[in-house]
Amino acid sequence: MEKRVTFRGWMLPLLLIAPQVLISAVFFFYPAGQAIWQSLFIPDPFGLSARFVGLGNFEFLLGDKFYRAAFLTTAVFSILVTVCSMVPALFLAVLADRLIKGSGVYRTMLIWPYAVAPAVAGVLWLFMFNTRVGVISWYLGQLGYDWNHVLNGGEAMGLVVVASAWGRISYNFLFFFAALQSVPRSVIEAAAIDGAHFWRRFFTIVLPLITPTAFFLLVVNVVYAFFETFGVIHTITAGGPQQSTTILVYKVFADGFVGQDLGSSSAQSVILLFVVGLLTVIQFKYIEKRVHY
Amino acid sequence: MKLQVSALAFASSLIAADIAAAQTEVQFWHAFTGRLGELVAAQVDEFNASQSDYVVVQSHKGNYSETLNAGIAAFRAQEQPHILMVFEVGTATMMAAGGAVKPVFEVMAESGATFDSDAYIGSVKGYYTTTEGDMLSLPFNSSTPVLWVNRDAMSAAGVDPDTDMSTWEQVGDVLDQLKAGGEDCPLVTAWQSWIHLENFSAYHDVPFASKDNGFAGLDTELMLNGPAQIAHLSAMGEWAQDGKFIYTGRRNEGGANFRAGECALFTESSAGYAGISSEAKFDFEVRPLPYWKAVADEPQNTIIGGASLWVMQGHEADEYKGVGEFLSFLSTSNVQASWHQNTGYLPITIAAGDLTKSQGFYDKNPGTDIAVIQMTAKQPTANSKGLRLGSFDQIRGIIDEELEAIWAGDKSAEEAMNSAKERGDALLRRFEAANR
Repeated sequence: MEKRVTFRGWMLPLLLIAPQVLISAVFFFYPAGQAIWQSLFIPDPFGLSARFVGLGNFEFLLGDKFYRAAFLTTAVFSILVTVCSMVPALFLAVLADRLIKGSGVYRTMLIWPYAVAPAVAGVLWLFMFNTRVGVISWYLGQLGYDWNHVLNGGEAMGLVVVASAWGRISYNFLFFFAALQSVPRSVIEAAAIDGAHFWRRFFTIVLPLITPTAFFLLVVNVVYAFFETFGVIHTITAGGPQQSTTILVYKVFADGFVGQDLGSSSAQSVILLFVVGLLTVIQFKYIEKRVHY
Repeated sequence: MKLQVSALAFASSLIAADIAAAQTEVQFWHAFTGRLGELVAAQVDEFNASQSDYVVVQSHKGNYSETLNAGIAAFRAQEQPHILMVFEVGTATMMAAGGAVKPVFEVMAESGATFDSDAYIGSVKGYYTTTEGDMLSLPFNSSTPVLWVNRDAMSAAGVDPDTDMSTWEQVGDVLDQLKAGGEDCPLVTAWQSWIHLENFSAYHDVPFASKDNGFAGLDTELMLNGPAQIAHLSAMGEWAQDGKFIYTGRRNEGGANFRAGECALFTESSAGYAGISSEAKFDFEVRPLPYWKAVADEPQNTIIGGASLWVMQGHEADEYKGVGEFLSFLSTSNVQASWHQNTGYLPITIAAGDLTKSQGFYDKNPGTDIAVIQMTAKQPTANSKGLRLGSFDQIRGIIDEELEAIWAGDKSAEEAMNSAKERGDALLRRFEAANR
């Protein structure tokens, strides 16, 4: 059954994987190596001198209770973003899948938010929830709820989660929709003839068949929540109020690019590298077992 | 028609480029957009038109932090500009980078431009001068916090808009009356750390950090948890709990509320003048920043915020001559006076202040001289010369977080400031280690 091509020489296969290896080396291994190297120093911002401190940067970070607290914040944030971007996407994809007329328009509309850059999305949401002039906070005020994300940490977290998840819903929708389309009609029809109603068919047939896609999206969304959300956080809360929305990657950005503390910033990216590596290993080792290809 | 115009513009830019090739080019990176960006461009154009040896090329590199980062990244890539605008918070970073910057007094001496550091206003210059009196960077835009009053909102709440608000004790009474009169937003602020801690300390002549606020050495420690600061923040915290002080954010978010007429009192930079005078549809007024009578009989001076121009290392001697010429041009009274009057920033030379006065600007625009008086009325002390702390941008972030804890009622002022000191000191030690 399995298709396997065997090459006769070494040259061709090497040539074929060379571009990928080269790209990984230049854009991944080299910068990652640099980060690890730099994490052992406290350099001055201009690169004029650097003092070797061994693991001093890591010691400094892990001894800081606010840095340790950022791990918890990151976990809460990532779980919320992943759930809030995947569940609605799946729901919308299921609806779009059943749509016969106008599904093209519906699909296109749903994809639009993905084209909005995270920082811009942040500003849009910030405007709507601005404590004094925001439309939504005004309506909430009419209902008797005093929205104030500049002082209320929970509300701030909610806002950055929504702003981060919003654009991702489109991306996830696309994948879920394609996956749903590839579920064989015959299996579903057979179940329908056997009397299985919609939700039963969905949970026992459709969902298991799209688990590869769901698993892929899980990995991709966790990575997104970890690495690509600092634009949103920077524009909406800058990590506040207090430290309630300071996630690990935002601290990397803030310490490196605002504070010019490149040693600490590099050490943080190394820690982040390990955390995400570990998470991915866990995902592949345990969750993938439940995936049916 | 449009095509013709752009063709013309293209042709003229070609000619300009041609001329530029014969002239020595000076790169100037700054952080201004909008109205301020136009004013900077106008200054540069005026300089370029005034002589034919040098051409200054100005470019906008983002906000203050981004501009500093662009300069640092460019230096690492050996493509640094000649002149880099750095906000006052980055001063210690630049000063510590001896190999990257060329002190302004040196540039001026070498270029042979006329330069008298005594011509600059002491409390502005002091921020950018070594303890030996050498000026390291040229002050460019400097402002200081004042109290903005919405007179209409005061009247609407039944408070006499002419009430004396020189002291925070008096402001406290006014806030009570405003609240009782139905005002939803009695007091709002911008730049909380800069106004309510950094300037507060200088204004009451108490230290913000040891070693003369960092001027005398890198081994400085924060002293912002002193009794005066705690008393002020406790009062502010109570006002926040009672809905008399409304917190809107870490930067100048409150400006939008004040300009829209929603708030009665607003502590903000004197440079808020440009925005407030153009947008406010109510009767507004500038008052000196209040002080606590209980802490000081009379206020010391406030300190500045804003940016200065740093000259970067690694360029040719004749280029530095152009830099010197340009910096002297920026310091001339005419240029400074019009900058001061257009923006609300302080004039950096005494002569520019005198010129503005003789032009009758202060009479026509009452209150615009309050910032100047507040800065210059007294000779600065070791506590009010300015601040020079490494990693200060991050320390401000920590202070912001701790202040938010006070406003939210999660921490007492004392707990919050003790924590700010502990966390800030850790960063100061790192900065010391990096620059030893």
